[in-house]
Amino acid sequence: MLKGKNLLEPMDLTVQELEELFATADDIIENPEKYAHCASGKLMGTLFYEPSTRTRLSFTAAMLRLGGEVMGFSEPASSSVSKGESIADTVKTVACLADMIVMRHPKEGAPRIAAEHSRVPVVNAGDGGHQHPTQTLADLMTIRKYKGRLDHLTVGLCGDLMFGRTVHSLIRALSRYENITLKLISPRELVLPEYVRTSVIEKNGMEYEEVRRMDDVLPQLDVLYMTRVQRERFFNEDDYIRLKDTYILDEAKMNLAGKDMIVLHPLPRVNEIAQEVDKDPRAHYFDQVQMGMYMRMALIVKLLGLEV
Amino acid sequence: MVIDSIKNGIVIDHIKAGRGMTLLSYLEFDNEHDTVAIIMNASSARRGKKDIIKIENVKGTAVDMDVVGLIDPGATVNIIEDEVIKAKIRPTLPKRVENVIKCRNPRCVTASERGIRHEFVLNDAEKQQYRCVYCDEMVSMQEE
Ligand SMILES: [Zn+2]
Repeated sequence: MLKGKNLLEPMDLTVQELEELFATADDIIENPEKYAHCASGKLMGTLFYEPSTRTRLSFTAAMLRLGGEVMGFSEPASSSVSKGESIADTVKTVACLADMIVMRHPKEGAPRIAAEHSRVPVVNAGDGGHQHPTQTLADLMTIRKYKGRLDHLTVGLCGDLMFGRTVHSLIRALSRYENITLKLISPRELVLPEYVRTSVIEKNGMEYEEVRRMDDVLPQLDVLYMTRVQRERFFNEDDYIRLKDTYILDEAKMNLAGKDMIVLHPLPRVNEIAQEVDKDPRAHYFDQVQMGMYMRMALIVKLLGLEV
Repeated sequence: MVIDSIKNGIVIDHIKAGRGMTLLSYLEFDNEHDTVAIIMNASSARRGKKDIIKIENVKGTAVDMDVVGLIDPGATVNIIEDEVIKAKIRPTLPKRVENVIKCRNPRCVTASERGIRHEFVLNDAEKQQYRCVYCDEMVSMQEE
């Protein structure tokens, strides 16, 4: 039962609960009209302590498409938060007004505090570099939708594997499925942290390989998950330019990949995927945005226990 | 070195040498009223060297066993009444601790939010490793 639960990190959901969400999302895609009014009379409170237009729009679209309403703030400057109100007090107040709370916060663990003080479900919409569970839901749904399965896959993760929280969450989520092989593609400076390798990959007996060049593994991949290589991670401009170009996906690289490989990216991209790749039928990073919305719709339906 | 034995109170014995001061600071006794003695680097058959803490005229409940277990699960707590050891307690590593240790991660919400409970759960007993329930930062009590 998902009704009344909080979603603070991807592993809060069991594999069965994930299946329930995928099935609901599938049904929403098939029969949108069936769900168009199911959240009528329900109100979502969106507490965005830092701006994230993309995530806020996705949650808002999800709620509106279910016939519900949304209220909240998109940056703390415009709210009582700027007057120094505690998270606990803000959440207690909003929980009296709304049926669920969606929170984005720059501090790690803030949504857990919200959950402790809320009588309605709390969904973490990103807490600093810590967790962003609905992004993982979008990633899983996209893989499942376009590959037809979440097991028996060779997944390439490319770019900044050290600081990329979406990558860590995805690895953790995939560790519960059978026969996943990971190809970790990154510069030496941005390799996957040791604790993820030992406490997730090795602990679950996942097969993996660390490689420096995308070209070496592209033909083997079922899924290529691209991430941003952020400028601020580097000490100097030369390193940045040298490294970022190694991890740019373009048409020439796509020619090395199998015809059934799919390309994902959590977006926004900088330049790690050349625009020419967008028209390639294997590019699914914009479909991923849509899958994210469908999963958020499914999540709202289940957390609120809506009747359809 | 001879230290008078106490008539009533608590003796925390077999503390790993060097850990006595740390333990004392976490136990939060009443500095103005309690009579507290700390002996450092006493010789011990069991641990080579050990620290000992003696607190006079307090009840057994004055010592938080979770705190002793957190700082040194190898210590023993003796409750003394009328110069007799009434109870000898071996602490265990607590499964979770509240408001004893604080998270070191500057990005953790507990670093900025007021009035918050600092909560850690045991992650790895062998390494005496605890995890902040908010941000998942690990802390090893062996190094604290
Ligand atoms: Zn923390």
